[in-house]
Amino acid sequence: MADLIVVEGGAEPDIRMLELGQDLPLAGHMGALSMPAIYGLIRDHRTTLVFTNTRFQAEFTFQELWRLNDEVLPIAIHHGSLDVEQRRKVEAAMAAGRLKAVVCTATLDLGIDWGDVDLVVNVGAPKGASRIMQRIGRANHRLDEPSKAYLAPTNRFEILECRAALDAVAVAAQDTPDARSGALDVLAQHVLGRACAGPFELSAFYDEVRQAAPYRDLPYEDFEAAVDFVATGGYALRAYERFAKIARGPDGLWRIRDGRVAQQYRLNVGTIVAGTMLKVRLGRSAGPGKPLVPRRGRVLGEVEEGFCETMSPGDTFVFAGETLRFEAIHEDEALVTRAPPGTDPMIPSYAGSKFPLSTFLAARVRALLADPAEWDRLPMGADQWLRQQSRRSLIPAAGDLLIETFPRQKRHYLVAFPFEGRLAHQTLGMLLTRRLERARLRPLGFVANDYGIAAWCIGDVGARAKADPAFLPDLFGEDMLGDDLEDWFDESAMMKRTFRDCAVIAGLIERRHPGQEKTRRQMTVSTDLVYDVLRRHEPGHLLLRAARQDAATGLLDVKRLGQMLSRIRGRIRHKPLDRVSPLAVSLILEIGRERVFGEAADDILAEAEAMLLEEALA
Amino acid sequence: MTSPERPAAQAVAVAGLPCLLDPSGAIFVPGLSILVVADLHLEKGSAFARRGSLLPPYDSQATIAALADTVGFYRPEIVVALGDSFHDRRGPERLGSPERAGLARLVGGCRWIWVTGNHDPVLPPSIGGEVAADWRLGSLVLRHHPEAGGRTELAGHLHPVAKVVLYGRGVRARAFLTDGERCVLPAFGAYAGGLNACDRAFAPLFPDGFTAHVIGRNRIFAIPGSVLCRD
Repeated sequence: MADLIVVEGGAEPDIRMLELGQDLPLAGHMGALSMPAIYGLIRDHRTTLVFTNTRFQAEFTFQELWRLNDEVLPIAIHHGSLDVEQRRKVEAAMAAGRLKAVVCTATLDLGIDWGDVDLVVNVGAPKGASRIMQRIGRANHRLDEPSKAYLAPTNRFEILECRAALDAVAVAAQDTPDARSGALDVLAQHVLGRACAGPFELSAFYDEVRQAAPYRDLPYEDFEAAVDFVATGGYALRAYERFAKIARGPDGLWRIRDGRVAQQYRLNVGTIVAGTMLKVRLGRSAGPGKPLVPRRGRVLGEVEEGFCETMSPGDTFVFAGETLRFEAIHEDEALVTRAPPGTDPMIPSYAGSKFPLSTFLAARVRALLADPAEWDRLPMGADQWLRQQSRRSLIPAAGDLLIETFPRQKRHYLVAFPFEGRLAHQTLGMLLTRRLERARLRPLGFVANDYGIAAWCIGDVGARAKADPAFLPDLFGEDMLGDDLEDWFDESAMMKRTFRDCAVIAGLIERRHPGQEKTRRQMTVSTDLVYDVLRRHEPGHLLLRAARQDAATGLLDVKRLGQMLSRIRGRIRHKPLDRVSPLAVSLILEIGRERVFGEAADDILAEAEAMLLEEALA
Repeated sequence: MTSPERPAAQAVAVAGLPCLLDPSGAIFVPGLSILVVADLHLEKGSAFARRGSLLPPYDSQATIAALADTVGFYRPEIVVALGDSFHDRRGPERLGSPERAGLARLVGGCRWIWVTGNHDPVLPPSIGGEVAADWRLGSLVLRHHPEAGGRTELAGHLHPVAKVVLYGRGVRARAFLTDGERCVLPAFGAYAGGLNACDRAFAPLFPDGFTAHVIGRNRIFAIPGSVLCRD
């Protein structure tokens, strides 16, 4: 083995916030104001990497930079939805030093070190100290020269987050998330794969599986349950012995039943269940005025099916750096044409960052907020914004939770600022609305972002909180993670989605392959229905356990929410207001641009029914 | 077997005949004491298991329990199952013994008509009841496959579901579709999926539009077909 050489010193990174001569908006994530400054930086450097948090943000940034690109600098775009060939072209041009800048997403976070990058710009919130260090590290690989980077916040909350991230980088703090423990659905797929590779002996295979770190502590019962699941479904009702996929032979070894099982395995292998994607194809017409011919023309990349379904023919959107006109969906393809020059694209709604604000950075943001002496370090309107907040409402101490209530447009709002990241806030919102419902305050919906949540009700939630000092502490009580979570969890659409993914990974149902017809409803089975039946008849089944574990960590951040509820016990600061506060404005502005959450399936149906009555009376 | 908190049925008239749309997905005709259900798809789970998808083997049990609950509530003199009662021809022989006994109790408790469907064109005598290609109540025809044209009918086959989206939130639920002359019932079976009511398969059946009676959690909602969404 080679000797380990520890290198001391090295240049400190040169990283700063991109300061503009004007205030940033209270909400929004696109950073349009920063674009001229970013363009200037690109011009003044050899090669710049511009990181964004989402694909849509990347497309927007790319468009804006080209709008400003009077000097026709070679600026390219790179993200995971683009066609592979196009990505390779960008990478090759970058390596050859032919590009001035590449606008990219997390696809270039790690490992790709081509080109002579001398500047990194990060548009939007950094989300975590380690993430931002990784991105900065893409610039300048010479040890004795500093990596140079700018953080470009897009709204006032992000100014706080960028400041906190800069402070974290200065002390080289790391906040890499803990590795997760092994999932049961993935284990089930591995069991079948192992059997397809050749006969196995149960206890030797168990030892082998535990050599993988995520399965180090796998209990034997769970391992056995996974094998039983693969064999016959693992149901208490032993109905499928005759359909067993794997079985133990007289020699004690487990084998697959026949070659068809192996074939089925190979068609379904993989642990990423992507939403159904449609190819984006630049359509070609057979002649002037003739319809587009499917399967001809260039493929530009892929988009989610759900995205196309929100569009009507003629709508324009930005993809692969071009403004495209949506024409039609044909089987697994979205047919598009180039929009005429000068067309304003209908930019798809910003879905926010997929990475929640890290716990570590959140604590730093709370500390920064709580200390007015630090506000002088916050540029672009953020300091005035916080001073207005302290005059009009209050600034919570670092460990406190600020809850504001106020009326607005015939609704009563409750706004809370836990700073625990989007996932934990969404879960909190779901549980809070259930509790507000029970308190007969008739909640209608809520929005959540990385910093807080806003819920609105028909009932006067502020008056209730004023009249009853125990109301808010009860509402935010830790017991919400007990029965309320259980009740909501099992019924939620999110849980059904997670179950579907687990069912595909574990091999319970087959993947839908490209080109398969969508309407073969007799041949397919809805996993929602399977979920309902399984939950009623075998609530402890391996797949339900797998889905609950997945959802609790990946989608709900239950652990973080639990830590927050315990942290704020006895530390709730309620501020009743007669109108929206400066901090709350930034959340309220998300309504309409973010998805509004809520359960209330019957409420939606009741409103739609009322529309019929109106129609009949009109 | 009646449950006290059973959600209320919704009264409508189909071809002048007063009907109750039950939240289970069945139609009860009180004047004639007839209960109509569509697309039970019994043993769909085991049909999938045979091909390597080991779905939870509880679908027949769940479907028969729901059927027993509905029959117990209305106590009809006649039950008409509108076809696709079994997911495939071999379905009846795969039925487990508790499910077989449960079904036999129901079939033996009243006059039972199995209308044939495309999944179960033939039914073995051992399951009891009468087998018919369709069933007539005056001018109203009860059949599996709805037929476009001026006929009044109760039919299944299409498994309608309605999707309603308001304020960015969506609900997708089973629904009865009717224009007052024809009604297409939702699938009753636990694993029977759904076809969106906006699908073009429904258009020729309702040239002047339809109302979707959507099965909510606590009641049925009557919603104009024109406000429904595609998937």
